[in-house]
Parts: sequence; C-alpha cells; structure tokens
Amino acid sequence: MSDQHLHHPADLAPGDEEEVRVGPRLLGYCIGFGLAIILTATSFFIAGTDLVWQPSIPVALVVLAIAQMGVHLVFFIHITTDPDNTNNILALAFGLLIVFLVVGGSLWIMDNLNQNMPPMDQIMQMQR
Amino acid sequence: MTDAAVYIGHEKPSQLLGGRPHEGPASKRIVTGYGFWIFLLSDIVMFSCFFAAHAVLINQTAGGPRGSELFDLRSVAAETAFLLLSSFTCGLAMIAADVRSAKWYQIGMAVTCLLGLGFLALEFREFADLVGRGAGPTRSAFLSSFFTLVGCHGAHVTAGILWLLTMMAQVFAKGFRADIMRRLLCFALFWHALDIIWVAIFSVVYLLGSAA
Repeated sequence: MSDQHLHHPADLAPGDEEEVRVGPRLLGYCIGFGLAIILTATSFFIAGTDLVWQPSIPVALVVLAIAQMGVHLVFFIHITTDPDNTNNILALAFGLLIVFLVVGGSLWIMDNLNQNMPPMDQIMQMQR
Repeated sequence: MTDAAVYIGHEKPSQLLGGRPHEGPASKRIVTGYGFWIFLLSDIVMFSCFFAAHAVLINQTAGGPRGSELFDLRSVAAETAFLLLSSFTCGLAMIAADVRSAKWYQIGMAVTCLLGLGFLALEFREFADLVGRGAGPTRSAFLSSFFTLVGCHGAHVTAGILWLLTMMAQVFAKGFRADIMRRLLCFALFWHALDIIWVAIFSVVYLLGSAA
C-alpha cells in the first residue's frame, strides 16, 4: 500500500466496506443480524407485555426502532464515521433533517389544530 | 489580473486550501453509489410523508375498525423475519460477488428472492383478508393511509424482486463486470433500505397501532 494511500484514503461509495477480507465481513453481517433480531424480538415482546409501565411502551418502541435502523445502517449499509464516509453521512443527515421536519411538523401542527378547533360538526353548523 | 492567471504555474486552488494533491474526479463506483444513495434518501423522505399522514389520521376511523382490532401480529412477525433474513442473505450474496464466486452469489440471491416472495405473499394475504372483512382502503381515512403506506412499501419490494432477478440474469450472462458490480452495489443499498423502512412500519404502524 502506498504512503499516499495510507494518509489520504479515497472516499468510499455508500454500501462499500473498508474491510475486504471475507471472514471479518461475514462476522459483521452476523453481528448486525443478531443485533437486529434481538431488537425486533424486544419490540414485539414489549408491545404485548403487561410487565412494564404501559405509557412507556410507545417511547420504548420508537427508541428500539431507531436503534435497529442504526444497526442496519452500520452493519448492512456500512455507514461509518470515517473521513472516507463524510459525504454519505452528510447526505444522510440532511435526509434525516427533512424526515424529522415532515413527521414532527405534521404531528405538531395537526395536534395543535385538534386541540384548538371545534369538532367538525360544529364547524358545519356555524357555516349554515 | 484575473484569479485564473494567478494560479498559472502555481498550485491549484484546492491545494492552497489544504486539499488533497493529485486527486482526480471520484471513481465511477463512488459517483454511481452516491447518486443512488441520494435517490434512496429522497425515497425515505417520500415515505416520511406517508408516515406523517398515517400518524395524523390514525384516529380518523369513521366509526370503522381500529388497528388493534385488525392487525395479526404473528403474521407481521413472520413478514419481519422474512425481510430481515433476506437483508442478511443479500449481504452474503454481495460478499460472494466481491470474491467472484458465481455459485454462492446465485444461491444467496435466490434465497433472498424466495424470502422476498414469502414476505409479499404474507402481505397480500393480509390485504386480501382486510378487504374481505370490509376494512379496505375506502372504509376510513385511517385505512386509506394504512394501505397507502404499507402498499407503497410492498410495491417497492415487488420492484426490488424484479431488479433482483434481473441482476441474477445479468451476472449469469455477463459475469462480474465493473458495470454489473455497480448495479449490484445499488441493488444491495435498495434492498437494505427497504428493510430499514419496514422497521419503521412494523414499529409505528403495527406495534404502536395495536397498542393504541
């Protein structure tokens, strides 16, 4: 490996790994698969159980889902924090920003409307 | 004197700013993969709009059934297992392609295809069951948003399976050429992204919907 290559690693395409040996790559997929199974099983268990405080269940489900998406991104799509992944991370970060704006903004606005507007049948009566 | 003239015989602007020397344009694999990554993120943004619509409409059942009365979580768990396993075998097929093992690549892709078809069969059965019980997409705003969101994901999986079969045929006919490997990179990204969207669907739509 040339000296320049050591100091200036080229960028990586999204989905590509720095690791090229088969053994460690297989291990990576197996770890990701195992973690995903654990998180999925926990989600399904939490959703139907009486063992935990009920209002905590939605929060737990959201946290588990975000954790599992992270596992998929790291172990299956091979997004890392390495400098060769900067562009991929920045594009992902922008995408996530839009996702949170759309979902969070919609919920916020619609919840506000639901609380502050009279029910639909009353609006219809007022328009008469 | 223009700026361009200043640089004649000197370093390029990128080097003056501490950039990497002798760096040409990015390789075709990076350009292709990055472009497809941008497409996938825009696809995820589109899904986020469907998620937002579903979250807003989840109580607008128009006197019809709620999610907790409709969803069969055992079927959803089986769908999840199929898709998760198919993501895993897709990764294994990509490793096989990288070491140029046509046999293991085709086996991995065939297993991925069967798991994807199993997922689609379960989803189709669920949709047919819902429509048969009078809970079709026209029943309420809640069900409209449900069928749009989950059906859109199912349409993506269908397209993914067609793409998968195409890639099996292309590798069979043309071998692991550089352009074929770029398409495989994009296909693997697509398939893994579908699994990520499914994680959001089973958590938010099915599990949260059943709890609510």
